[in-house]
Amino acid sequence: MEPYTQDLRHFIVDNFLFGDQSGRFAFSDTDSLQELGIVDSTGVLELVCHLQERYGIAVADEELVPDNLDSVDQIARFIERKRRDAKLVRAS
Amino acid sequence: MCGIAGIVCQDRDDRIPISLPRMISMLHHRGPDARRMHVEPAAGLAHARLSVIDLRGGDQPLANDDRTLWITFNGEIFNYVELREYLERGGHRFRTQSDTEVLLRLYEERGRRALADLNGDWAFAIWNSRSRTLLLSRDRMGVRPLYYTIVGRTLLFASEIKALFADPRVSREIDPESVDDIFTVWSPLAPRTIFGSVRELPPGHSLTWHEGHVTVSRDWRPGFVRKSHEQLPDRDAEEQLRAHLTHATRIRLRADVPVGAYLSGGLDSSIVAALAAGERGRAGNGAPPLQTFSLGFDAAEFDERSYQRHVVAALGTEHHELQCTPADIVRVFPQVVWHAEAPLLRTAPAPLYLLAQFVRERGHKVVLTGEGADEVFGGYNIFKEAKLRRMWSERGRASRRAALVKRLYPHLPHLQRQSAALLQSFFHAAPDDLAHPCFSHLPRWSLTSRLKMFFSDDLRASVDGRDAVAEVVARLPADFASWDQLGRAQHLEITQLLPGYLLSSQGDRMAMAHGVETRFPYLDPDVVAFGTSLPDRLLMRGMREKVLLRRVGRTLTPPSVWKRTKQPYRAPGADAFFNTVGPAKAGHDGDDADYVNDLLSPSQIRRDGLFNPDAVSHLVRKFREGKAIGVKDDMALVGILSTQLVIHHFINHFGTDTHGALYTGSEALHRR
Repeated sequence: MEPYTQDLRHFIVDNFLFGDQSGRFAFSDTDSLQELGIVDSTGVLELVCHLQERYGIAVADEELVPDNLDSVDQIARFIERKRRDAKLVRAS
Repeated sequence: MCGIAGIVCQDRDDRIPISLPRMISMLHHRGPDARRMHVEPAAGLAHARLSVIDLRGGDQPLANDDRTLWITFNGEIFNYVELREYLERGGHRFRTQSDTEVLLRLYEERGRRALADLNGDWAFAIWNSRSRTLLLSRDRMGVRPLYYTIVGRTLLFASEIKALFADPRVSREIDPESVDDIFTVWSPLAPRTIFGSVRELPPGHSLTWHEGHVTVSRDWRPGFVRKSHEQLPDRDAEEQLRAHLTHATRIRLRADVPVGAYLSGGLDSSIVAALAAGERGRAGNGAPPLQTFSLGFDAAEFDERSYQRHVVAALGTEHHELQCTPADIVRVFPQVVWHAEAPLLRTAPAPLYLLAQFVRERGHKVVLTGEGADEVFGGYNIFKEAKLRRMWSERGRASRRAALVKRLYPHLPHLQRQSAALLQSFFHAAPDDLAHPCFSHLPRWSLTSRLKMFFSDDLRASVDGRDAVAEVVARLPADFASWDQLGRAQHLEITQLLPGYLLSSQGDRMAMAHGVETRFPYLDPDVVAFGTSLPDRLLMRGMREKVLLRRVGRTLTPPSVWKRTKQPYRAPGADAFFNTVGPAKAGHDGDDADYVNDLLSPSQIRRDGLFNPDAVSHLVRKFREGKAIGVKDDMALVGILSTQLVIHHFINHFGTDTHGALYTGSEALHRR
């Protein structure tokens, strides 16, 4: 999960915090990005676009739920699960 | 409709004969037809005239019979005919046919009590040369602008801030608190303006200056007295509203030049156009058809031309359409900010600037508009959204609510994809929010406040600990908490966004940039009093907006219009600023407008000091890569660019050239 969390943190700082590294918008890997106001309703779709571009993951509408997308850890787990599922599909 | 300016001072001020002509010349666009001044020791009034009523006799400043009272007046008193009759019955003999003389004589007879008798849009100054007292007054809703500043023992006032800056003594520094206001509630909280030294006279207020002492007092505030019409049967309410609107439109057709109408394709402006066309019909067969004017956009999501054409066909108006492209918006945006004199969070004023130019080129000086109906009759999405958020905080089926959110925002494609669970996380209301007096507006203000992440460290430090929302709360009427939810939300719209942004940056300033006067039947005092006394069931029923107004529309407009759900007026957004100038290009390798690159460059951002250059560079890159898809990024880019334009126009490039003539940032951009 580690490589995903690093990349996700970088994406979030770059895309939603416009490079701010001052610590004013510090967030942990388990913090709710919505509650902190970092990701809003448009931000969810920006995040989904990033997952599709960067990891080749197709995200279905019904997967757009907080359990998958609310914190860095949840997103990383979601990527892992999606890539594992995709491999299984290819293998079968 | 005109521009006004003036100077009064406690001691003799040698600068009056120098500054006053410069001040009024800055307002030439508001009044291109004539320019006059009245100067006496230590006081001067000036007027730039747009001739609308009494074309030959209406010159100003105008004096009373014994020349002790002098008036300079911008606006129209629509009930001047009735007021004149009243004054004539009392023995007054008039020298002109103008509404200005009516206003002055009424003031002479009744003093400040006269203000309550006025049905109109005004900003005026009356100078009493005997008592050496100045009165400034502004209309109830804030249609016409009026600013003032105090330098030592001298007060200067004008219709626009740029006229005050024509006097070199007036400081042009940005007020950090105003920037904080704008990046929270979209406009400075009056009387603040973006410039620290300049005050706005708030809507419905008067200012008195006497011997250097200034007193500002409130003359009017909107009341919400739902109970008074609680028992009114729907049919009676409909008849009364129609009668009020008919009268409001009729007296707004009073002019000695033709009056046209804006047509958006929505319910509000269509009703006004229908009533105006009806009045034309009453005038007889010889009357030429009503001229209507509208905007069209290439992008289907903004374009309402099919609805406009239904109305034109139904009413038989002579219609004029202006096609507005993203490149047009980019081209005029610097002039838009020059006229708005404030940072903007949306590009939406730009098409209205172009529309006013289009109207003027077709020989019209006066247009009716549908502005104000959404505030007074419950039309805005923010009212529905507040209802939904409140519902969502209670128990119930999330899937149904998600469907309602999606119906509420058909123009936001990203919302359409999202699950009920996710939408709930965005639209649910926390218990603290539910108890907040400004519950309806918290999401808008909180979204806008996120833009402050672009503030520079210096700006952030200077507004540290400040809370613009708390200041809004502190200004609310004492019994606000006892008002119904919709009434509270309407009050916030009517007292905040309407005067602070819609009537100014998007209204008066865009129209008067081209000498076009806008008139607003929905802001007639009787219409506003009636609307704010209606019970909820006649405003919003379920998720259906403007219930009563729609019933009036049923008899005046085509079904395609009165059955329509409100479509907010929107214009192409900030991505227009990137790669739209020059030949149209599909990719992201086109030429951005030069001024955009210059004003958003890290070096310029650093020099001007309000924003963080790194964060702005990230934002610009996001736009260039085509990845900025959200409202927040859009508002950030437009807000930063327009603030940079304010600094460019009014601070970095405002002054006198080597010949002593004033030049402005707007001209400097074009000289390059």
